[in-house]
Amino acid sequence: MATGMLPNADHNANVPAGGAVAVHHKPEVIMDCDIQELYYGTFRAVRDTKIPIKRNSITAFIGPSGCGKSTVLRCLNRMNDLVRGFRFEGRVKYRGKDIYDPLIDPVAVRRYIGMVFQQPNPFATSIFNNVAFGLRINNYKGNKTEKVEQALRRAALWDEVKDKLQQNALALSGGQQQRLCIARAVATDPEVLLMDEPCSALDPIATRKIEELMLELKKRYTIAIVTHNLQQAQRVADETGFLYVDTSGGGRTGYLVEFGDSKEMFANPKEQHTKEYIRGEFS
Amino acid sequence: MTDAKDKEAKAAGDEKRLSIRVSEETVQDPFEGVDFSELELSLYRPRTLLSILLSGLISCMTLIALVPLFAVLWMLLWRGGHKLSLALFTTLPPAPLEQGGGFGNAIIGTILMVSIATLITVPLGILAGLFLAQALKDNKLASTVRLSAKVLTGFPSILAGVFAYGAIVLTTGGYSAIAGGIALSILMLPTVILTSESAVAMVPARMKEASIGMGATGAQTVWMVLLPTAMPGILTGIMLAVARAAGETAPLLFTALFSNYWLTSHGRLNIMQPTASLAVLIYNFAGMPFKNQVELAWAAALVLVVLVLVINLIGRSFSKQQIEL
Repeated sequence: MATGMLPNADHNANVPAGGAVAVHHKPEVIMDCDIQELYYGTFRAVRDTKIPIKRNSITAFIGPSGCGKSTVLRCLNRMNDLVRGFRFEGRVKYRGKDIYDPLIDPVAVRRYIGMVFQQPNPFATSIFNNVAFGLRINNYKGNKTEKVEQALRRAALWDEVKDKLQQNALALSGGQQQRLCIARAVATDPEVLLMDEPCSALDPIATRKIEELMLELKKRYTIAIVTHNLQQAQRVADETGFLYVDTSGGGRTGYLVEFGDSKEMFANPKEQHTKEYIRGEFS
Repeated sequence: MTDAKDKEAKAAGDEKRLSIRVSEETVQDPFEGVDFSELELSLYRPRTLLSILLSGLISCMTLIALVPLFAVLWMLLWRGGHKLSLALFTTLPPAPLEQGGGFGNAIIGTILMVSIATLITVPLGILAGLFLAQALKDNKLASTVRLSAKVLTGFPSILAGVFAYGAIVLTTGGYSAIAGGIALSILMLPTVILTSESAVAMVPARMKEASIGMGATGAQTVWMVLLPTAMPGILTGIMLAVARAAGETAPLLFTALFSNYWLTSHGRLNIMQPTASLAVLIYNFAGMPFKNQVELAWAAALVLVVLVLVINLIGRSFSKQQIEL
């Protein structure tokens, strides 16, 4: 299938191997998310949530179930477009451009802002083809084998799979599958990686590996992660946003309670809700 | 000293707040006095006896249900088996009272017409199935197509023949392999549509999400993720439809008719002439008063059943390839 219908489909193809290392060290906001109202049909899922995401840092979203953290994350690369009845008021600025501008192509947005999901979701094909998927859809002309190896190394999976690249990806363990999904996402050199509870289906050892990997990846990419695990947010996140559910008025609407430096928030939460949640005093 | 004590007390307090309290009153063993000899299997208990009887009944019924199937197969082997020879596949059907002969042209005709039907059905059926699987729940067109396909699966095959007779034979001016293939494709289409739909619908939503999340367009997602993942299921459906079409007689009676000659004339394949098929050959020869023809009909029946069986087995091997998702 001929691809490259997008004017910028070659963006990733032109990045030389290993050439995507960001040279900016000063934290600079690369995505500015300002959700005023977010509806699924008539259900107001999220309101008043402003989260700036800084370059080469890890930003965590925490909060109780149903507070809309995943919804917020999925706004950042327009994955919510797939949900029927989704309506969004506000803006999500990526490099100064509002990705919800009608003139923006959501497909192109997702090529710069990659995603790793809660359930490892490799395709039912070989390990190699999984990683090469992004290269194929972008009509990448260079050396695919090299690019695949590079991505697998970055995802700390190369040594485990280098002898069985043609094996079916579904035969890997859950943790390996998740790292494969990370490799697939980084193979096209995105700038931002969104991770939706990437460790919730994994055992503690696999979780630890993914966390180490995230710290390694943030040198190169910008990461936003949703997590249920407070320790995880403490261990990896530079900044953390705490979302809570507002049940006043009958609905269940998530909103941002507190946002700031992770260490600071976990040591001295400012808001009452944050304090209670972090101390595990939740009703 | 006091400092340490304070800390201890504080820690204890913390623990109290965090730990979940469990009541400590002892509960009496609720199984005291129960006779555990009941755990042993015994024929004297009615429910054990009933269970054994029902298992036996089910086995009997299964065997009885298999009797007709194996009776047919045995009959075919017995009546048709001894006639099998290479000549059957290489020679033309005999004239009345003539000895020997075979049905090489009928085998080629069946394969040709089923191939034409498959060529028509596969692209249409897969695309329609894809549309049904991807259409929204309240899509009117999708529900109409789905209902039509379901109704068509029970479509009397003779009507497909009558339709193709009216639409193709009368307009092209004669019986032909093309008309036969089209009639068969009408019967194959609903099966391919419905199995393709369910195969595509069974692709986990998270794979589609992964593809969209990678920045794939809708077309790329369909072409590179949905179709390859659903392919084993789709192929199984196609094979089932092919197996059914290969055994159909009624649609071919009005459309391809029959022929005692090869399809090639002057070294070129002619698909616009009456064409022989195994099913119609069986229909024609089984009723004839000549021993040779009747024996040939039995042999043709055996060949047809083996053909259908092989196609079915190929279909099943595809479905076995389907990986647990």
